[in-house]
Amino acid sequence: MTEHESILIGTLKKLTMLDGVSGDEKPVRDFITEKIRDRADSLHVDNIGNLIAFRKGTGMNKKVMLAAHMDEVGLLVTGINDNGLLKFKTVGGIEPRVLVGKRVRIGKDRVPGVIGYKPVHLQDASERKSPVKKSGLAIDIGAKDREQAEQSVAVGDTAAFDYDPVEFGNNKLMAKALDNRVGCAMLIELLGGRYPFDLYCCFTVQEEIGLKGAKAAAYAVEPDAAIILEGTTCYDLTGTDEHMVSTRLGDGPALTVMDRSVISDRGLFRFISRTAERLGIPWQVKSTVTGGTDAGRIQVSGRGVKVCTLSVPCRYIHTPVSVMDKRDFFHALKLAEETLAGLAGWLEGEGSVGEVGLGQNQPGGESDV
Amino acid sequence: MFDTISRLVNVFGPSGRENRVAEAITQMIRDKVDEVRTDAMGNLIAVKKGSGRKIMLAAHMDEIGLIVTTIDEKGFLRFGTVGGVVPLVALGQRVVFENDLTGVVWYEENMENMKDAKPDKMYIDIGARSREHAKELVETGDMAVFEGRPVERNGLVVSKALDDRIGCAVLVELARKCPETSNEIYYVFTTQEEVGLRGARTAAYAIRPDMAIAVDVTGTGDTPKSVARAVSLGEGPAIKVKDNSVIAHPAIREKLVECARENGIPYQLEVVDKGGTDAGSIHITAGGIPSGGVSIPTRFIHSTSETVDLKDAENAVRLLEAFVRL
Repeated sequence: MTEHESILIGTLKKLTMLDGVSGDEKPVRDFITEKIRDRADSLHVDNIGNLIAFRKGTGMNKKVMLAAHMDEVGLLVTGINDNGLLKFKTVGGIEPRVLVGKRVRIGKDRVPGVIGYKPVHLQDASERKSPVKKSGLAIDIGAKDREQAEQSVAVGDTAAFDYDPVEFGNNKLMAKALDNRVGCAMLIELLGGRYPFDLYCCFTVQEEIGLKGAKAAAYAVEPDAAIILEGTTCYDLTGTDEHMVSTRLGDGPALTVMDRSVISDRGLFRFISRTAERLGIPWQVKSTVTGGTDAGRIQVSGRGVKVCTLSVPCRYIHTPVSVMDKRDFFHALKLAEETLAGLAGWLEGEGSVGEVGLGQNQPGGESDV
Repeated sequence: MFDTISRLVNVFGPSGRENRVAEAITQMIRDKVDEVRTDAMGNLIAVKKGSGRKIMLAAHMDEIGLIVTTIDEKGFLRFGTVGGVVPLVALGQRVVFENDLTGVVWYEENMENMKDAKPDKMYIDIGARSREHAKELVETGDMAVFEGRPVERNGLVVSKALDDRIGCAVLVELARKCPETSNEIYYVFTTQEEVGLRGARTAAYAIRPDMAIAVDVTGTGDTPKSVARAVSLGEGPAIKVKDNSVIAHPAIREKLVECARENGIPYQLEVVDKGGTDAGSIHITAGGIPSGGVSIPTRFIHSTSETVDLKDAENAVRLLEAFVRL
């Protein structure tokens, strides 16, 4: 790694050590605010908690939005039992199976806890075969009873997974919340550029529970185009049918054609993929059509926005620890930078919208008719 | 009418890839309207200017289809669905890509129960000999639509993609008639309806009409042991009361009924609890827009042999012509 790359990984690791379960993103927002304060022309936090950093353009009458969500999946304390154990609900898409035996930290004081489970010795035959039920799980914070538990936690506190980042293996990084601190890390870096168009870097909230923050941010910004930076699914390991693999670790950043929330703008998708090809940056298509991102809400906001999602493949997302390839992260950042460098030309040419002229037979800026 | 329908259903246009449909429609109506434009979502918006009320008429251009997710080593394509594709209906069908390549949809034959025939257990055969060969013909992310050429028999039209090219055809025919009115009419041909009523939302936000009507298809209850639905083929366009996405504004619904009665146009009332239309996203846009629907009764929706009665479509044109003069 170069010195610059080491700094980037350092920032990413710090981001993953912060806790920002959906609706409770303040620690992440505060860290990012400090990081970007000097480089943004203006900074503001909206009513839902999005952090929006503005970089004035050099004269072009177009607005570009970059979005990365700050929140992560986690837990919400919903009750305290007489025996001091905490009842909880999951926030965002988490399976009970991945919770068993995991360390968490709760609230702003980061009170340590563990999600315990009945030991195998005490399970009967049917329990051993049946799937993990959420109702059988509780967070143990070591309190002797309700009263003692109430001294350190409260109903409504969020709990995040408690796993520190580790660089390992062949260029790999394991950490919690790579979905989507990897997008935040890229966005912090991208804010440094100055472009012809106005640039709005939006660090959004509550993506994991329904793409909520991005919707509000997009209505406020009313961009012409938006690129969404994400950590996306990757399950490229043995035992997966080839056609169920969505991305492959190490094959470069992934561009989304379609998922459950969005069909990316075809022109913008092509512009980004052409940029990658031209510069020899590896890239891949996110091949499955599952999942959703902020792109889905941004696209249909206001008068409509041309969107495309650019992701870093991450294995095991929505579990306590995910794994990415550092090279994919560097390539994604490079591709985003190069895309922004050429985007003004695209916005004025192929990506423009408006009146369909009399001599022009190709609405939508398509050229393959 | 059949000629217009026929031209429109033959155009390739799955969700997000509607540009060819937009081009065909532009050519059909350009001389009859004052302005034609597209927006970031690819919606085609044709305006007949006027000093009166702003009326938005919406029909979606996109059709359901398939999207290539993986090309396997033998050259078979795995796919995801674009919109509400019924897996069992897709089996054995031919599909066609944007570059006119034809494929056949089939399933993994070791399946014990056909109920397990989900898209991830199915594939498209494009006759390729290998992965490399297939990659010369298609790419991951390419979309295909079903084949099903239009035929007319006994006044009925059978075709793929009548959902919602029949709505587009109705609006094209209406625009060509140039209804005499001082109202400003927005003929809006929307995108991405089949994946979540997406295009209509941004078009309505930009136009901010005083009212809107979605022109789309609705299922019928006139086939053997069908789901109970009040609407039948050939008994007139259906005036929407409710679907799963919208409760039609009572004033719009009543005005449509009044227009039908005064002009002797047969009509039916549509009340369904499944399915949505563009009216669902339009009516909650930009402060709220009174919205309703005029639906063409259609059998076998989302199959390659959707069936409509030409009279219903022609009567829908008459009904809308009366409505826009309000």
